[in-house]
Amino acid sequence: MKKWTRRAFIGAGVLAGGTLVIGIAIRPGNRSSKVAGLIASEGETVMNIWLKIAPDNTVTAIIPHAEMGQGVHTALAMMLADEMDADWSKVTFQEAPADKEYANFTLLKGFVAGNATFPKFIEETIDGVFLTAVKSLNFQITGGSASVRFTGQQAMRIAGAAAKSMLLQAAADTWKVPTEELTAKNSIISHASSKRSATFAELAPAAAKVNIPKQPKLKSPEEFTLMGTSQPRFDIPAKVTGEAKFGMDVQVPGMKYATIKAAPVFGSKVKSLDTTVSSSQQGVKKILNLGDAVAVIADGYWQAKTALDALPIEFEATENSGLNQAEIMDRYRKAMDADLADGNLEKHFKDGDATKALEQAAILVEAEYQLPFLAHATMEPMNCTAWVHEGKCEIWCGSQNPLGVKAAAAELLEIDIDKVTVHNQLLGGGFGRRSETDVMTQAILIAKEVDFPVKLIWSREEDTQHDVYREATISRMKAGLDQSGLPIAYTHQFIFKHHPPEAADIPYTIPNQLIQYSSPASFVPWGNWRSVDHSTHGFLTESFIDELAHTAKKDPFAYRKTLTKDNLRFQRVLDLVYEKSNWGAPLPANWGRGVAIAQSFGSIVAEVAEVEVSVEGKVKVHRVVCAVDPGFAIHPDGFIAQMESGIIYGLAAAMTGEITIENGAVAQSNFHNYPVTRMNEAPKIETYIINSGNPPGGAGEPSTPVIAPAVTNAIFDATGIRIRQLPISKNDLRASILPST
Amino acid sequence: MENYTLSINGKKQEVTAPEDMPLLWVIRDLLDMKGTKFGCGQALCGACTVHLDGEAVRSCSLPISQVGEGKITTIEGLSEAGDHPLQTAWVEHVVPQCGYCQSGQIMNAAALLTKNPSPSESDIEEAMQGNLCRCGTYNRIKDAILTASKSL
Repeated sequence: MKKWTRRAFIGAGVLAGGTLVIGIAIRPGNRSSKVAGLIASEGETVMNIWLKIAPDNTVTAIIPHAEMGQGVHTALAMMLADEMDADWSKVTFQEAPADKEYANFTLLKGFVAGNATFPKFIEETIDGVFLTAVKSLNFQITGGSASVRFTGQQAMRIAGAAAKSMLLQAAADTWKVPTEELTAKNSIISHASSKRSATFAELAPAAAKVNIPKQPKLKSPEEFTLMGTSQPRFDIPAKVTGEAKFGMDVQVPGMKYATIKAAPVFGSKVKSLDTTVSSSQQGVKKILNLGDAVAVIADGYWQAKTALDALPIEFEATENSGLNQAEIMDRYRKAMDADLADGNLEKHFKDGDATKALEQAAILVEAEYQLPFLAHATMEPMNCTAWVHEGKCEIWCGSQNPLGVKAAAAELLEIDIDKVTVHNQLLGGGFGRRSETDVMTQAILIAKEVDFPVKLIWSREEDTQHDVYREATISRMKAGLDQSGLPIAYTHQFIFKHHPPEAADIPYTIPNQLIQYSSPASFVPWGNWRSVDHSTHGFLTESFIDELAHTAKKDPFAYRKTLTKDNLRFQRVLDLVYEKSNWGAPLPANWGRGVAIAQSFGSIVAEVAEVEVSVEGKVKVHRVVCAVDPGFAIHPDGFIAQMESGIIYGLAAAMTGEITIENGAVAQSNFHNYPVTRMNEAPKIETYIINSGNPPGGAGEPSTPVIAPAVTNAIFDATGIRIRQLPISKNDLRASILPST
Repeated sequence: MENYTLSINGKKQEVTAPEDMPLLWVIRDLLDMKGTKFGCGQALCGACTVHLDGEAVRSCSLPISQVGEGKITTIEGLSEAGDHPLQTAWVEHVVPQCGYCQSGQIMNAAALLTKNPSPSESDIEEAMQGNLCRCGTYNRIKDAILTASKSL
């Protein structure tokens, strides 16, 4: 049984409903009294659900996304302010309340239908359908590298342009002049010939009564004043003084602390619990048996932790209690064998007759790859503060999915969703982990047993052992090459297909393809790990194409260029990374260079890694050159920071990242046995951006999928050893390097 | 439970705590100073770094009973107006992403610069390798420390 996730459910649910149609969303929002009540203060004019104007001429962008280091509040406010021609020095932001009004239908549409466009006459119907769908699904998520490309493009820019249009109309009506004679600049509307001008704030009350334009005119890139510039990020100053408030830092009057130990084997239950000793410990308020976990509430985290550690807890044995990692992978292999034998493999993609073409090929290349489970290991361990009182529930947490938290709370407590308030905080790392609601559910279950607020804090051990993991996978690939070394057939069978649906697609022109997958039962909970399925397929595809290139005795870079020759964007990204990495220039002995490229979340990223393999078999990644076509980088420095971040995150996984199951439970517990990249292991990173004019692509995830294959391809270049199993640390590279004399 | 008098950021603070309670939880839960972060509880990640008599220490693994008369500095006490050269350099290089590890990074870097006002890149790597950052801001941290060291 696989764990349900909102992201997977929504994609599938809406797809199943057949609503695969999408236009450019034109719905700047309404001015319902409900929204005004949620976001407006005294004297402020709510122009639409995305922005308000204060009497001091401050424009506030209402951002329906969580800040987890990607700079989203700043980038989205820039998009709105630019279209509006607002004075950037007077623009601020407010995170939108978790509310159905902010259910992110543009994001859902983006997930489901990408950037497809459809005839105008169906747009409104489609918008209505999507809006209803997202509201009923409580979808207000920060994920999928989607904030800029969907919310920014289809809500913020349109809201800003709509507001400007309304302000212009209000000025035209007041001054009895045509709107064409008016200009908007720095939050002031001017009429040059009569020398009249008024601030946005002065015009706002009248503008708010103007009808919202259906299709406000958006700027072309040449007209941008903010988009494409690196404005100072709103969130930086508080993050260097310790003032930034994360979920972990929430302080509510009367609050107590809890910590928890869940059954180590997923799906197991508490068998027995002896509370005699711990109950009498200093500061302990309550010990709770939650069925699948035990929690202790105390005056402080330390007292709760000490008491929990001293508790004798016995958990029930389950059918998985003796299961180890090797058996899990073996089960995956057998499931794939059985599905293959029975003709039960599910089809991902088919073109031509790959089976027949493989038989006719001059050269056959075959490989089996294996990838491990991965934990997210956000720096801020999971936590949530909850207070259940008088039929209401208040929650303080850092969530990528605050509306989902709200819905989960309402369902759990069987109360109306409007009785639940979520106070979203800064996230100490998200990476997909904080799109789940498991921790909040626990906090509510604990808080409803007492009459005071409770902050639930997970230990790092709990965080490591009760994550929702990036799936482990087995992958089998075959390719047939013709006499010239070019592929004429490609087959791929892998375990599990989640999200995004196209992740297993290959960017290379190969005439006969058959891509299939199996979905065997797994008791290990899985979730969205930075770049989701691209994190596996980027490695699989880009390793195997490298194998083909070397088998064909071709330069792996030239081979990729040949096989993407009809894709101009790929060609340009490859050319740029070739030039900037000095591809082909001599390297010291035992060094190697590897390239990988992938498109994910609307951005195309190529990386070249330079590695050194020591006599002891140790791998050091010295340099990574990253070339990327994101269509347009709204905030270039923020975009570069996300490329760097995705590379380091993916590098940690590639080098040492591995969660293994022993006796049904996660064997790793903290950073000593789930090591991550350190400063001395971080390569120099150079990022080069191509603004190709295509719709903006994602930033947070697309650099992650290509770093592992760039590094392992470089290791092959240095050693001749092909790494088909991650992490790299599992592979013995010592034999490959001769000691220098 | 014992009574302790701590010197934190130049101020005397009276607390009553179990003697094995790590300094981290004294600072966060008893004194309500939230700039110092909990990351791992085992001195493996550096998010909880504070200064004890100028030395960088992992407060998650330092029992209050061992602090004694030592002078403690937290991120809140590093500078009056948030303008320590490292903090300024951190802003200039746009170092933080999620920001959770950055108090610990800055405190660790500040202790390094006290001992070694002009560190080389490898000095920085050596001193900073115990401070983990999952957003991968390491290169910017290194650049910011180099910038700060020049302005000292």
